Amino acid sequence: MAEKFDAIVVGAGPSGNAAAYTLAKAGMKVLQLERGEYPGSKNVQGAILYADALEKIIPDFRDDAPLERHIIEQRMWVLDDESYIGTHYRSDDFNKPPYNRYTIIRAQFDKWFSEKVQEAGAMLICETTVSDLLMDGKRVIGVQTDRLGGEIYADIVILADGVNSLLATKAGFHPEIEPKNVALAVKEIHFMPQETVEARFNVQGDAGVVIEMAGKITQGMMGTGFLYTNKESLTIGVGCMLSDLKKQKISPYQLLEQMKAHPSIAPILEGGEMKEYTAHLIPEGGYKAIPQVFGDGWMIVGDAAMFVNAMHREGSNLAMTSGCFAAETVIELADKQKPFTAKNLARYREKLDASFVIKDLKKYKNMPDVFHANSQFFTTYPEMLNQAAHKMLTVDGVDKKTKEKQIMANFKHRRSLFGLMGDALKLWRAFE
Amino acid sequence: MSTHVKVEEKLFQNRYRVDGGRPHIQIKDAEVCVSQCGTQPCTVCCPAGCYTQENNGRVVLITDGCLECGTCRIICDDFRNVTWEYPRGGYGVLFKFG
Ligand SMILES: Cc1cc2nc3c(=O)[nH]c(=O)nc-3n(C[C@H](O)[C@H](O)[C@H](O)COP(=O)(O)OP(=O)(O)OC[C@H]3O[C@@H](n4cnc5c(N)ncnc54)[C@H](O)[C@@H]3O)c2cc1C
Ligand code: SF4
Ligand code: SF4
Repeated sequence: MAEKFDAIVVGAGPSGNAAAYTLAKAGMKVLQLERGEYPGSKNVQGAILYADALEKIIPDFRDDAPLERHIIEQRMWVLDDESYIGTHYRSDDFNKPPYNRYTIIRAQFDKWFSEKVQEAGAMLICETTVSDLLMDGKRVIGVQTDRLGGEIYADIVILADGVNSLLATKAGFHPEIEPKNVALAVKEIHFMPQETVEARFNVQGDAGVVIEMAGKITQGMMGTGFLYTNKESLTIGVGCMLSDLKKQKISPYQLLEQMKAHPSIAPILEGGEMKEYTAHLIPEGGYKAIPQVFGDGWMIVGDAAMFVNAMHREGSNLAMTSGCFAAETVIELADKQKPFTAKNLARYREKLDASFVIKDLKKYKNMPDVFHANSQFFTTYPEMLNQAAHKMLTVDGVDKKTKEKQIMANFKHRRSLFGLMGDALKLWRAFE
Repeated sequence: MSTHVKVEEKLFQNRYRVDGGRPHIQIKDAEVCVSQCGTQPCTVCCPAGCYTQENNGRVVLITDGCLECGTCRIICDDFRNVTWEYPRGGYGVLFKFG
């Protein structure tokens, strides 16, 4: 196949689909390659879809996209072994269309998005793994696939190949990912009747609830857990930094199993039928870990470029937005008949810098370091908070003033007053 | 809380199209695992339990249940002893939900 395309997009996840859709809509000749049997068959997400990013690409997506539930309530739990302390925020405002956040099932969602991409005119070939980039000196001129005679050429190649980013690593565009910059998440989906989901979460119709969790469930490792409601299933998962898993030698599936057995979680899952177990990496290195995202004839979008805001559990929206920016950059240059040199493609990075993608990542740039260096946020604090709540809520004849003193004494005992103040300051600085 | 689970029971729920005889991941030098890599993190951190520790200190890799996450490649950063590729197009794990 010595055919030549205007653009090749590697990968049919949210970033690749956003890029291919935008390019095809502008009339460009686009080839999209996906290694899975169908788009989504290799992909894993929690999954929360943020409407805004998709709406900018497909304004009427709500008409036919496979959406599970719109989210009307967000819970944040900090767990100890036997208990949790947390906040719940539910608002009827979230229950009025147009909804802002939805749960989705990625295998179904990616398939739907990909159909839109093909309707827009892009050519999709599945079951094809891109094995290498074709180079002319420093310039990318196409891709090598694992199919017979699989060399394909294009003026620009957009790498939307996800967190492992093998192609850019092989080509020497960035070094191998470090264990401290990536989290491993394991996840299960449990099916149960729709009425059961609704009764357990006190919701009706298509409304849903999400629970984000931190604390003892990660056994001192930097990480979080989640439990999301779908129409007739729940997804539950936990993710920790690879550097911590490696250091502490903890098996990810045992971690998930213990989390599922937590007395506050087990009753929610009770009776459900587990139908799939998945694992996937999440690039959580943040701003400081972002690689070079463009060069002669290439751009990197989505997870492959580390565009995940771990603090807010956002990834798919950064993926879609970066995919659009890359496509727009190509379209603008093509209009002016300018070549896709690194110099001209710098426009892509400018667009990113001016948007929430880089602004948000920059805002939290110190967060990963703070959490890596202070494991007390995942051990001591969850315990302390839970013990404090337990003490205050146990009616045992001890007066409240004395209880407060005991709690404060326990705090200081566990983590000196300076330690407490220091931690507050560290967090404040990192959040600033 | 003792909640030990066999990962095979979880993987049993998944769909795979195994590329018989063509493992997409390989250990480069089995001797490095035995004599140099003290902690053998791949044997605990792989979410599909593909790496097992033998009594003689050897590490055996069977990729049939692989979830294609990339963990084993990245945590072997001290030795870079893993050759890691995606399976051929269409092969490997096939998520129904993801
Ligand atoms: C457990 C979990 C929970 C998450 N929760 C959320 C959430 O609630 N909300 C949110 O917004 N984000 C969430 N994320 C992050 C989100 O899933 C990612 O940011 C998003 O999927 C990135 O999209 P992408 O298109 O860049 O990469 P991917 O979705 O990974 O897509 C990459 C695609 O490229 C294909 N591919 C890779 N290599 C090749 C090759 N060589 N040849 C051909 N094809 C190839 C893959 O098969 C895949 O289809 C979560 C992630 C995980 C793991
Ligand atoms: S981490 Fe690498 S070197 Fe160590 S046992 Fe596993 S494959 Fe071998
Ligand atoms: S890629 Fe992931 S699931 Fe596959 S063998 Fe490596 S660690 Fe295990």
